[in-house]
Amino acid sequence: MSVKAYRLEALEIVRNIKEGNLSITDVIEEFLERIERVEKKINAFITLRSKDELLQEAKIKDRLLKEGKARGLLFGLPIAIKDNISTRNLRTTCGSKILYNYIPPYDATVVKLLKEEGAIILGKTNMDEFAMGSSTETSFFGPTRNPWDLERVPGGSSGGSAAALASGEAPLALGSDTGGSVRAPASFTATVGLKPTYGLVSRYGLIAYANSLEQIGPMGRTVRDVALLLNVISKHDPYDGTSLKVKRPDYLESISKLYNLHRKVKIAVVKEMFEEGVSREVVAIVGSVVNKLVDEGFIVDEISIPIIKYALPTYYIIAMSEASSNLARYDGVRYGFRANVYGDWNEVFSETRGNGFGKEVKRRIIMGTFALSAGYFDQYYLKALKVRTLIIREFKKAFEKYSILISPTMPTPPFKLGEKIADPLAMYMSDIETVTANIVGIPAISIPAGFTKGKLPVGIQLMANYLKEDLLLTMAAFIEELTGLRNLIAEV
Amino acid sequence: MEKSDVKIGLEVHVQLTALKTKLFCSCPSDYRGKPPNTHVCPVCLGLPGALPVVNKKAIDYAIMVALALNSKINEKIIFFRKHYFYPDLPKNFQITQYDKAGGAPIALGGFLKINVNGKEKIIRIRRINIEEDPGKLVYPTGSIITSPYTLVDYNRSGIALLEIVTEPDMTSPAEARAFLNKLRSILEHLGVCNCELEGSMRADANISVAGGSRVEIKNIGSPKDVEKALAYEIVRQKQAISKGVTVKSETRHWDDLRKVTVPLRVKEEEQDYRYFPEADIPPIVVTRDYIEKIRKSMPELPDVRAKRFVKEYGLTEYEAQVLVMSKWLADFFEEALKYYSGKPRKLANILINDFLRWIHEKELEPNSIKAKPQHIAELLKLLDEKVISIKILKNILPEIIVQGKSPRKIILERNLVRISDRETIKKIVLEVFMEHKKSVHDALVNEKAVHYLIGQVMRKTKGKADPELTHEIVLEMLEKVRKGELKI
Repeated sequence: MSVKAYRLEALEIVRNIKEGNLSITDVIEEFLERIERVEKKINAFITLRSKDELLQEAKIKDRLLKEGKARGLLFGLPIAIKDNISTRNLRTTCGSKILYNYIPPYDATVVKLLKEEGAIILGKTNMDEFAMGSSTETSFFGPTRNPWDLERVPGGSSGGSAAALASGEAPLALGSDTGGSVRAPASFTATVGLKPTYGLVSRYGLIAYANSLEQIGPMGRTVRDVALLLNVISKHDPYDGTSLKVKRPDYLESISKLYNLHRKVKIAVVKEMFEEGVSREVVAIVGSVVNKLVDEGFIVDEISIPIIKYALPTYYIIAMSEASSNLARYDGVRYGFRANVYGDWNEVFSETRGNGFGKEVKRRIIMGTFALSAGYFDQYYLKALKVRTLIIREFKKAFEKYSILISPTMPTPPFKLGEKIADPLAMYMSDIETVTANIVGIPAISIPAGFTKGKLPVGIQLMANYLKEDLLLTMAAFIEELTGLRNLIAEV
Repeated sequence: MEKSDVKIGLEVHVQLTALKTKLFCSCPSDYRGKPPNTHVCPVCLGLPGALPVVNKKAIDYAIMVALALNSKINEKIIFFRKHYFYPDLPKNFQITQYDKAGGAPIALGGFLKINVNGKEKIIRIRRINIEEDPGKLVYPTGSIITSPYTLVDYNRSGIALLEIVTEPDMTSPAEARAFLNKLRSILEHLGVCNCELEGSMRADANISVAGGSRVEIKNIGSPKDVEKALAYEIVRQKQAISKGVTVKSETRHWDDLRKVTVPLRVKEEEQDYRYFPEADIPPIVVTRDYIEKIRKSMPELPDVRAKRFVKEYGLTEYEAQVLVMSKWLADFFEEALKYYSGKPRKLANILINDFLRWIHEKELEPNSIKAKPQHIAELLKLLDEKVISIKILKNILPEIIVQGKSPRKIILERNLVRISDRETIKKIVLEVFMEHKKSVHDALVNEKAVHYLIGQVMRKTKGKADPELTHEIVLEMLEKVRKGELKI
């Protein structure tokens, strides 16, 4: 083969393995080489599995292949997993000191499904501590760099997964999206990231940040690769009480089936999402994609959803409140980091949490605790829930008329490391386009829209109604073809 | 004591011990006596990423209890998180329910009828919650003060608990005990809790005495101790009030060994539990149809059973109530009836007056009682057939209760068969007359002396002599003495 395996899309690797054109050992070796070459610059992984272990697994799988016992949609395919998704016997840190030594005794449901389909886990990717951030700079294990410009952030919080894809360290990855954590890094790295409908993918084993908002999301360099991964992880799970009991289509098949129907799809661009705080360059690039759709004969209306301006504060109040509760369990008693003090439990807990959590995590715990406190609960948390209900109502109304809503994914192109880290509000503003899908619980995807003059990636976000991932992926695949921006790997 | 000047409310925690698994995971729920931290999993250890999934059976059981307590079941059951840091609480929040901020516990309102000294009284229920039990702190030396470190056992973590809260409708410790006993019987009849298991039924009691303030006594282990703790507290508070000392509103702890309440050291600031909805558990919708289905599947409850006992077996209201106060006793009674063809009331009386009294005196728990229903039936039959006297019956009852021996066997082994042979008794009476000559002469003029003589016969035969026949023969032979036919 003349083309390097690490440059292939995931579907191609799987096909070539199945057809015997590529051995799994070769594939793994190639990715290991690539990782060795670029990882020092990127820092996409917190934990990589050892070379021996990976080659051993590849060898076993090659033998199964030879014996005709190869089973699974991802047989032999390497995959990177965000470090807040539990992996049995493989360290899972959440990018935090407080879990720097935590080795889960169980697999998250999605990990179990990946293994059942024959995927090979390469390692665990870097992230903002407890997924709290939009730049992957708050990680205890140092920031990840954007493969397109090493001076810049890859977005976050699933920045490690996105950077691994964009630098060719992995063909497919899992991220998680609480307020845009899959889509933001997809936008900043010219990759594809999907946040599914709340309840479509099991959260069992996903270390909670804000449990009423988040979903595990598939990430790849093409829409079809993302659909392939969604096929694997989208399944009802009895271990997750919020897992939806609905029939899930074959998303790859949906893309081919719906492809010719797409021109009947009614599209709207959301006016407010192109206004306040969105850079002109981003508006122009996303706008040019919209124009291409119009040229293709789509009806694209502009609509206004004024309540969107409350989405960001609503999101942060809910997310921080839930975070203050979800992160209460890290006390050093059962697992993870424990402060080296001896006193009563109160002292041990306080020292452990004081030293184990980073600045941004502590900020959110404190603000969330405040929002849930007696006397403030009605004013903040309950009010945020009410606004959430109103936002949901407005989006349901919009989806009565339109099937796809379009906006930029990020208000700006990738920013520089250190540019926003000292200014939390500026950082929170980067989530302005993405949080709405989490508040409402609808699926949203980010795909490449283009590059700035400075050669920085810009993403476009598509949103669809509940459980309309099939349509969302179809439209995304169509736009991907229109722009020709697919399977992009940065020369690091 | 003036009745109206004491107000008592209870908060009862009941483990749903009939469940095979915990409330939010599939760990086995029979944690007692198991090696520490062996009945645990990611969920009940609160490991990162683990999620709770509600045990549907627990909801069914809670609905049953709510129905039995005449409570109104919410159409939508919602779980909340209650936050506080403590090492036995693996998530540092407890999944429970809340009746404010949009919360909806299993049920609200309701009442329970109790009987104290033959008087019926209604105790109102405020609400019924379902929640998870925390783990347990273990002090290696047995004492919190002397232990150099503390261990935690999470086997109990996640066990399903019902919290039943009453209005402050009880006015005496006896009423509080009666409430708990009645509740216990209901739980046992429903088959949801084996209340005999240690720690399966725990209560917090709120008490206020006129002129004092509300005091909470935490974590009392049994209905009997609730009565004792409340009685102690009433005396303590009344004494304080009479001396002009103010009774502080505080939380106290029942010291089981010293039988006193002691103040709990708590922080001055008020706890803020930051209750908010548990988003990992979607609201559970309970339809009217579902509730009716459960109602129909419910077993007979104590009050209905007591009524049936009156109607079917001719018991008095009181007798029936005493029997159904414990499911075990009521079952024992009905089982024994299968082996007994005499009057059911006779059996009920033996059970209440002899059997139960002895068990209470010795403070035995049902599980230490070996007697089988057929043993008691057989014992009564032996009495009816005049094989044994009532005195023998009472004598051997404890042996049957503790050892579970067949009464017939005991009687044969120990030669306790009633003596009803005229000649044998005559011989013994003669012996007694010879030994108590003075009494014989007294007996000729004094009825009391006659009974003394009969008593001596009974003593000599260890109670085996047929009392009626003995009486008859003693009189006969006294007549002979009077007539000079018999020289004493």
